Amino acid sequence: MKPFKAFSGTLAPLPINDIDTDQIIPARFLKVTDKNGLGEACFSDWRYESDGTPKSDFVLNKPEYKGATILIGGNNFGCGSSREHAPWALMGAGFKAVISTYFADIFRNNALKNGLLPIVVDEETHRQLISLAQEDPQTQIKVDLEAQMITLPDGRTVEFPIDGFSKYCLLNGVDQLGYLLSLEDAIVEYESTHPARVNTTQ
Amino acid sequence: MPKTLFEKVWENHIVKPQTADTPAVLYIDLHLVHEVTSPQAFTLLRERGLKVRRPDKTLATMDHSTPTTPRNADGIIPVLDTQAAFQLDFLTKNCQEFGVPLYSLGTENQGIVHVIGPEQGFTQPGMTIVCGDSHTSTHGAFGALAFGIGTSEVAHVLATQCLLQNKPKTMAIRVDGRLQDGVTAKDIILAVIAKIGVGGGTGYVFEYMGEAIRSLNMEGRMTICNMSIEGGARAGMIAPDETTFEYIAGRPAAPKGEAWERAVADWRQLPSDDGAVFDAEVSLDANTLVPMITYGTNPGMGMAITDRVPDPDSVKDISERIALDKALRYMDLQPGQSLIGKPIHVVFLGSCTNSRISDLRQAAKLLRGRRVADNVRMMVVPGSQRVKAQAEAEGLDRIFKEAGAEWREAGCSMCIAMNGDQLKPGEYAVSTSNRNFEGRQGKGGRTFLASPLTAVATAINGVITDPREMLEREVAY
Ligand code: SF4
Repeated sequence: MKPFKAFSGTLAPLPINDIDTDQIIPARFLKVTDKNGLGEACFSDWRYESDGTPKSDFVLNKPEYKGATILIGGNNFGCGSSREHAPWALMGAGFKAVISTYFADIFRNNALKNGLLPIVVDEETHRQLISLAQEDPQTQIKVDLEAQMITLPDGRTVEFPIDGFSKYCLLNGVDQLGYLLSLEDAIVEYESTHPARVNTTQ
Repeated sequence: MPKTLFEKVWENHIVKPQTADTPAVLYIDLHLVHEVTSPQAFTLLRERGLKVRRPDKTLATMDHSTPTTPRNADGIIPVLDTQAAFQLDFLTKNCQEFGVPLYSLGTENQGIVHVIGPEQGFTQPGMTIVCGDSHTSTHGAFGALAFGIGTSEVAHVLATQCLLQNKPKTMAIRVDGRLQDGVTAKDIILAVIAKIGVGGGTGYVFEYMGEAIRSLNMEGRMTICNMSIEGGARAGMIAPDETTFEYIAGRPAAPKGEAWERAVADWRQLPSDDGAVFDAEVSLDANTLVPMITYGTNPGMGMAITDRVPDPDSVKDISERIALDKALRYMDLQPGQSLIGKPIHVVFLGSCTNSRISDLRQAAKLLRGRRVADNVRMMVVPGSQRVKAQAEAEGLDRIFKEAGAEWREAGCSMCIAMNGDQLKPGEYAVSTSNRNFEGRQGKGGRTFLASPLTAVATAINGVITDPREMLEREVAY
């Protein structure tokens, strides 16, 4: 994973509550065996007519939101299935961060493990960002993970929470598997004092 | 200090405690694997030259993208979708190479991942169980801590048998009282989710308790825990009791002899202690519960079947008003409308929520001697090959077929519509599955979630029907 750097980007507003992972990437696109190529299918059913032509009123198809790197969704973003294809698809569609008032647990975990930053803001900031993005699609905000802060165009800064471990891993491009592998001794120790509960190979 | 069921299981699996800088490292007793969320994890292991640390704690099955169409003359279930076939072959290859046991398509133990674990006796109280699937919460019905993980985490568990986890909060969900006839476990959980909303349990592990939960059989308890994730909770748990032990006893993977006695003695220590404190509590009265149905595009948009579709104008919160309005437009429903009497196209009886033998028995009992209405396609998809075989041994398949329903091979089928079993755009389905998201059962399809009884009553009448009406008639005859 590449280290997560501070960046400035424009926002694509999708102010719908409870956006579920079936909308982010519909199940029929899950018959893949790698992570690539899902960006095209991101929000497929909201984005395309049944004959495949783009729906002109969907935010990701509007020319003024082209190149947005931050998606701002409604409350409870990413509920539903555990498919990690959801962050893969969002990243494939060019997003580096998603903003909401809160995220579903599994989606948040999956996003963090792939370098897609879930940013939780309060409702007031959330409303303000949505209207900024709707009024002026060129609105840029700055995302600084190190400082855990976003900076609005008027210079106002808003802090966001993230657990220290995820932050460390993102900033340094460290993947968590490496950390778990380094705990081999503790795992062996646990296994020696806790007999197996079941054996699937018998 | 008194502890909750969750805390006991959590503490017993700590390899390294949570610190200010790092999450807890949690040991996993059983890792279930399926074809859709594992390929990239196995690829990662291969790239890094890693092994599966404990194949003996790992079990794979095929369920999501598998066809449920009939076997050919050779007894094989043909996979016509080339992409699905490739994905299934890749799982076979991965399992062979890494030594992971696999229940292949059509073999005697294959089925939906959350049906096979309990069925084989692998799911036991006090365990930690994970799978790259959000409905892993199902296994919590046994007093296990079971939750869904993403594909990166699947790789973590394959390689180390451990997961990094921050400790969740706990919520007690108390359901007291007794269910009326025609009201089932599915109605309890739909009512809970309607009450707390799809995000209400975010950050929590649920523990379901109370008289109504205690009086459910294990399959009803699994239905409840299954849908914990629809309330936002990654896991739902129910304390093990005699009902639990009786269900596990004698299953292939259950402890035997002296080991059984020891295990049961341990399991009896698991229930939450008197005075254990939960971070939040919700309660529901089973006495007043009636059959539930959803009207919208997430499982929280549910109501008593006798109620009317809510009016967005009466919703104060603006973003909720927009969400409801959007959902009603997708569903093509009017505010104030009653759903009873609404014509539907498809009834789907299946999924890891309601495809076990007791669901099929209950459905067949109501369907016996009746017919599926001409305007309805009814699909019955058993949760596993074992469930299918058991149902056939009891003659349930004949009841379904004689009534005009389709009797299919085991799998997820129209719950997720990855395998060709799907709604056409605009069609309405009453479904016993767990998600009514837009397009979940096929692009443009519209789903009403309900219990197997409501599904069958609806199939018979061809319009949405309160199943209590048919039960009453049965008594009168
Ligand atoms: S039946 Fe549905 S919810 Fe259950 S595992 Fe399969 S796709 Fe997921």
